[in-house]
Amino acid sequence: MDKKLSEFKAGDEGDVKSVAGEGRIRRRLFDMGITPSAHIVMRKVAPLGDPIEVNVRGYELTLRKSEAECVVMTVNER
Amino acid sequence: MKIALIGNPNCGKTTLFNRLTGSTAHVGNWPGVTVEKREGVYKTKSRAAEKVEIVDLPGVYSLSPYTPEEVVSRNFMIDGQPDLVINIVDATNLERNLYLTTQVLEADVPVLVALNMTDVVERDGDVIDAGKLESELGVPVVPISALKGAGVDKMMERALSAPRERSGVTVLGKALSDKLDVALEFYKSEGVKSPLFHAVKLLENDETELARAGAKEAAQKIGAGEDTEAAVVDERYKYIVAKLAVARTRGKKEKFSRSDKIDRVLTHRIWALPIFAVILFAVFHVTFAEDFLYIGAWASLGGGLPAVSKLGLNEGLQTFVGIFYDGAVFSPGVILFNMFDTLFSTIQDAIGGAIGAQWLSGLVADGVLGGLFAVLGFLPQILMLFMWFSVLEDTGYMARIAFVLDRIFRRFGLSGRSFMPMIMGFGCSVPAMINTRTLSDENERIATIRVIPFFSCGAKLPILTAIAGGISQYFGVGNAEFITYGMYLLGVCVAIVSVLLMRHTTMHGSIPPFIMELPAYRRPRFKSLMLHLWDKAKHFIKKAFTVIFVSTVVIWLLSHIDFAWQYLPDEKMNESILASIGKLVQPLFTPLGFGSQIGEYGWVFAVAALTGLIAKENVIATFGTLGACLIALGANVGGATGDMLLGDEEGITSAVAMITATGISAPALIAFIAFNMLTVPCFAACATAKAELKKGTFRMTLLFWIVTSYTVSAAVYTVGAWWWTLFIWLAAVAAAVTIIALFNKGKIKLPRRKVKNDGGETK
Repeated sequence: MDKKLSEFKAGDEGDVKSVAGEGRIRRRLFDMGITPSAHIVMRKVAPLGDPIEVNVRGYELTLRKSEAECVVMTVNER
Repeated sequence: MKIALIGNPNCGKTTLFNRLTGSTAHVGNWPGVTVEKREGVYKTKSRAAEKVEIVDLPGVYSLSPYTPEEVVSRNFMIDGQPDLVINIVDATNLERNLYLTTQVLEADVPVLVALNMTDVVERDGDVIDAGKLESELGVPVVPISALKGAGVDKMMERALSAPRERSGVTVLGKALSDKLDVALEFYKSEGVKSPLFHAVKLLENDETELARAGAKEAAQKIGAGEDTEAAVVDERYKYIVAKLAVARTRGKKEKFSRSDKIDRVLTHRIWALPIFAVILFAVFHVTFAEDFLYIGAWASLGGGLPAVSKLGLNEGLQTFVGIFYDGAVFSPGVILFNMFDTLFSTIQDAIGGAIGAQWLSGLVADGVLGGLFAVLGFLPQILMLFMWFSVLEDTGYMARIAFVLDRIFRRFGLSGRSFMPMIMGFGCSVPAMINTRTLSDENERIATIRVIPFFSCGAKLPILTAIAGGISQYFGVGNAEFITYGMYLLGVCVAIVSVLLMRHTTMHGSIPPFIMELPAYRRPRFKSLMLHLWDKAKHFIKKAFTVIFVSTVVIWLLSHIDFAWQYLPDEKMNESILASIGKLVQPLFTPLGFGSQIGEYGWVFAVAALTGLIAKENVIATFGTLGACLIALGANVGGATGDMLLGDEEGITSAVAMITATGISAPALIAFIAFNMLTVPCFAACATAKAELKKGTFRMTLLFWIVTSYTVSAAVYTVGAWWWTLFIWLAAVAAAVTIIALFNKGKIKLPRRKVKNDGGETK
């Protein structure tokens, strides 16, 4: 099942399917390791509802929901 | 020989740099502490065959620059002609770090890979086979621990014996080789250095690369664009994952690391914000509170604690106890302040008494020492505040705060990233402004630089404490501690309003992105903390004995010489050159409460504010110098002598003397603090702002500072003096907001001015 990263709930896991977005943001996401087939674990949402914290390639990354919207994921069933 | 250190942000480059060169550059736990390249010379015990220069570069995630400071790293690596590049790889975060390595290897420069933090990897139970990585990457790979020093000597041995030439290699596979060959041909015919590096960057659709003449056409010819960009990135990571599998053996790992457990509390959905508020309050309380843990206040519910003068101690003992206690226990910050202050006033009295000649004793005791000590006395509190912020940064908590507060910052058109430079502003505006280079959005940078001075820096702290102390002592109203907090808060509020205003008028635009690494929590290192504080103290003391020393001497001389170059005793201060200048500008400050209405000695406030432009410490140094003279005037100006002033803190004594002499009101004093806090910062900060801002924006920035400080102080004074003026101010604000809102909706149109096309300036 495909889902946007921004729709993930804490604890959800999945693999990146594709990354869209405006040039510089897409580039930054790539550089930070969010590339097709990368495994992402959603860790938590910030107290005020945004941004989110994810674990990707073994480290913690924070990004806004608006940026996470660019990342399409294949959800792993738990 | 020149060696460059390159690596991801927060991977330990600066720690390694300090170890190699014996320097004490600041290390933090925040991605992007180093924003400039830094050079040093390798210090070694063995024979010095050749001078080895070490260059520490700002951290980068890739060699396609995203923020201004990242450009520095790419340019130096490609065009700075290093003889060797040491690529530092954080072994605890191998995949993302090796992503940069695959790009570094494409340049025609010798490379050595340093696997840093191997001790942490081993502790976690993982094993990384450096030999396997070495044979795969084709360059030396050495495991080290920059923090503990393990493997560093061996790394340098291999670095120095490595061949001085190497051709770039790429990990890109067959799929892209046709396109790459065409791009390579183009760059070879152009005759650029490291053609392979540039060719791959062209496939990566790199903005900097496309700016080269002919590059766009070449890119079109081979069909390079967003698709090839994705393909290149994909190939890099695929290669890394494939090669990693053979080099790393994962040990057993707990499901939740220590970092996760701490994180669950500190970024908790409900508790994160209250915890942050409590930590911030605690930091200020420990540093400034005159009633530590509110012991005095609690005691006053019962009988209350006696003042130190009521304890029946002899004079010496009373002074000693007074350092720690006076009706309430002082906080550590205040105790340190009192220690320095007691020492200084003893020295000052001794020296002043020892000199016979009146004018010389005046110059030395009042002019030089009065000014210097008024400033130096605050050093412990400044250092302490700085230390707490360093600790919060070193542990990694600051990055979490950016995460927690981003939602609020976004409301004002900024990102959580700008939180760090703003907090640094509490220490000193200069490094804070430089740190804005980590912000990728130009508008966000300008807005942040403009409001950084509103985050009251260490040098402004004496103004706050001395005048707040003066107010609570002289008028008997309020609590010095809360006035100080209040002023800090005012600064923050003005900053928020200013950013909102800018975002809705001159700086429309999209909200900057927020994609940031959250580093693992670390224990702060005592040694690096102390080195950092020592650097700060050295800087402060140096400034006190140069800029501030000269300023106080000049101020004292100008206030004791008239236009006929005659020496004037303290009583005739009003006839001095300084008084004449001061009286000239004094009326300007009338709407702020410290202008013409405060009488013949009122010019001292105007002069103090002006000297603050050189260095903010000067405001209180000027108070010290002029206040001492006013005290000497004694009974002539309302009896500011005697018991009231004895045994009190240096800066506050002077402030009280100036209040007595001028009869200035409390609202005017608050307005005075507000003005000094919000107005044009010191020369050093102005020069930094000018260098960091785009051409043309600096003049607007100066105007912005002047207008903001003047308006806010006028509002503070008028509302404080006549409460009903609040309604006038509110009406004015409401009108301004309405006009801006209508204008943004296109309901009102200004006559369009012709835009001059002279580079950066747009109005």
